[in-house]
Amino acid sequence: MKRSWFAYPYSLWMVIFTIAPMIFVVYFALTDTSGALSLANMAAVGQETYLKILWRSLYLALICTVICLLLGYPAAYFLASRDFNRNQTLFVLILLPMWMNFLLRTYAMMSLMENSGIINTLLKAMGLEPVRMIGTEGAVLVGMVYNFLPFMVLPIHTSLKKMDQRVIEAAEDLGANPAQVFRRVTLPLSLPGVISGITMVFMPAVTTFAISRLLGSGNFMMFGDLIDKQFLELNNWHFGSSLSLVMMALIIVSISLLNKADPKGEGSAM
Amino acid sequence: MIEDTHLIELKGVSRTFGDTPALKNINLYIRKREFVTLLGPSGCGKTTMLRIIGGFEYADEGQVLFEGRDIANVPPYKRRINTVFQKYALFTHLNVYDNIAFGLNLRKMPKDEIARRVGRMLRLVKMEGYEKRSVDSLSGGQQQRIAIARALVNEPEVLLLDEPLGALDLKLRREMQLELKSMQQQLGITFIYVTHDQEEALTMSDTVVVMNHGCIQQIGDPKRIYDEPKNAFVADFIGESNIIAGTMIEDELCEMFGQEFPCVDEGFAPNEPVDIVVRPEDVMVVGEDVGQLAGEVTSVIFKGVHYEMMIRTDAFTWKVHSTTMQPVGTRVGLTIVPFNIHIMHKAGGQ
Repeated sequence: MKRSWFAYPYSLWMVIFTIAPMIFVVYFALTDTSGALSLANMAAVGQETYLKILWRSLYLALICTVICLLLGYPAAYFLASRDFNRNQTLFVLILLPMWMNFLLRTYAMMSLMENSGIINTLLKAMGLEPVRMIGTEGAVLVGMVYNFLPFMVLPIHTSLKKMDQRVIEAAEDLGANPAQVFRRVTLPLSLPGVISGITMVFMPAVTTFAISRLLGSGNFMMFGDLIDKQFLELNNWHFGSSLSLVMMALIIVSISLLNKADPKGEGSAM
Repeated sequence: MIEDTHLIELKGVSRTFGDTPALKNINLYIRKREFVTLLGPSGCGKTTMLRIIGGFEYADEGQVLFEGRDIANVPPYKRRINTVFQKYALFTHLNVYDNIAFGLNLRKMPKDEIARRVGRMLRLVKMEGYEKRSVDSLSGGQQQRIAIARALVNEPEVLLLDEPLGALDLKLRREMQLELKSMQQQLGITFIYVTHDQEEALTMSDTVVVMNHGCIQQIGDPKRIYDEPKNAFVADFIGESNIIAGTMIEDELCEMFGQEFPCVDEGFAPNEPVDIVVRPEDVMVVGEDVGQLAGEVTSVIFKGVHYEMMIRTDAFTWKVHSTTMQPVGTRVGLTIVPFNIHIMHKAGGQ
C-alpha cells in the first residue's frame, strides 16, 4: 500500500476548509452584490479610513513583535542554558498560557486592567491613584504580547537547545570572551529560530481581532476587527472578502521576505 | 628539536564525575615542541585530560602549570592553546575563509594580514580555492583540514587534537597522519594528540602516554613503549602480544610451562611471579626437533605483508607472524631469542 494514501483525509479537509473558502474569498472580493465582476470593493479598501486601520494593525503588530523578541530571546536563552536544564517549572509557566483559549486569556486580562479591576482595586487599597488602562493602546499591546510571547520563546529555545556545545567551546578556544561568543556564534546560529519566532508572532498579530476590541474598548480597531465586522455585523461579504484578500497578500509578502533572510529554511517559518 | 623546558605540567591531577573517577593522580610534563600522544581505550580519561589542559574541564585536585604558572583560573579564551575538536565543530554560519579567520578577527588584526595568514594556512592544508565555500558542503577530510587550519592560524603554543582523524577512512587517515607530523615539525608547535589507535600513536609521536582507567600506565618514546612495555596492559594494547604467566627464576632466566628460557631482564626477586610478553613477530618457526617448544599449526590467515599463524603447544596457543607460511596441521618447533622475551611485573605493582 502506498504511504501517500494516509494523507488523503487531510487533503480532503484541506480542500473543504482551506482551498474552497479561499476560492470563495477571491470570488466575493472580485464581484458585486449582483454577482457581476467588479473591482469596486477592492478599490474601496484604498479609502483613508481603512488604510489607517491597516497601518495601525501593522504598527501594533510590529511593536508587539519587537517587545516579544526583546522579552523572549533572553527568556529562551536562560531556559536553554545548561544551568537550567533540569528545572522545567519556568518553562511550563511560559508555555501555560498557550494551553488556554486566547479569548479566555484576554477576558482575564480585561478583569485585571479594568477601571475598577483587580489592579486598580489593589492600587486604591494601597492609597494610590487608580490608573486608566483599559481602552488604551498600551492595554491592547500588553494583551497581544501576553498572547503571542510563547510563540517567540519556543522556536528560539529550540534553536538554542539543539546548538552543538562544542561549537561554543570552539569559539572560546579561539579567543572569544563570553560576549563575543554570543555575538559571533550563538546569536547567528539561533537566527533561524528568531526568524521563525518573528513569523509566528507577527502574522497572527497583524490579523489580531477581539483583543483590540476587548482591551481597547473599541478605540483601536484593527484590520482583523474590520474584517470580522464586515462579515458578522454588516453582512457585507464582498467588501469583507476584499479586505481578507489584501490581508492574505500582505502575509504572503511578509513570509517571502522572512524566508529570504533564512535561505536554508532551518527556522521553517513556511 | 624538542626543548628541555617543561611547557605544561600536570601535578597530581584528579577528576571525578559523580562516582566515577576519570583521572587519578596524573603526573606528566610536556616539553616545548614535543608531539605527545595520549593513548588508551575509550573511557580511560585521555579526553578529560585534554579538556583540562584546554580549560573546558577543571581538575578536582592537583595543579595544571603552563610555563610554571597555575592556569586553573585562566578561561579557555585566554590560554595560548588551540584545539582541533573531535567532530571538528566548525561554524556552519561562516564560510571556509571566515572559519579560519575567526581567531584572527577577534584579535583585531589588520584585514590584509588576516588574508595573508589565512591564505598561507589554506596552502598548508592544501585547500586553496575553497575560501568562499560553505563548510557544510565539504567532505569529512576537508572539514578536518579546515578545523586544523582554524586552530593553527592563531600560532598557538600548544595544539590539542581530540581524535581528529577518527571519522576518516584508513587511506585518508594515513595521509593525514604524515601531514600532521610534518606540519608539527615545520611549525615547531607542541602537539598533544588524543587517540585510541595505537598505530597512529606510534607513527606520529615523540612521546606516547598510555592510559587506562584514569591512570598513566607508561610514558615513553614509541620504540620503547613497543619494545619494552611496562606491564601486560601496555603490551596487549600496543600491538599484538603473547602474554604468559611465568616466574623469574633468577637474573636472565625465566620459566614458563615448567621450562626454562634465557632472557635479558634483571632485578626481579628470585622466583617472582611475572607476566612474560613475546611479540608475534619474535616467535621463530623452526624444525620440530630443533625448537625450544613444539606445536602444531591450527590456523593461518594472510595479512598482506605476513601470515598470522596460531600454533598450539601443550600448554599455550601462540600467535606467530611470519613471512613464510606453514600449512595447517604441520608440526613445527618454536624458538624465542633471549632479547625478545620481555618480563613484566604482574599488573597492579608498577
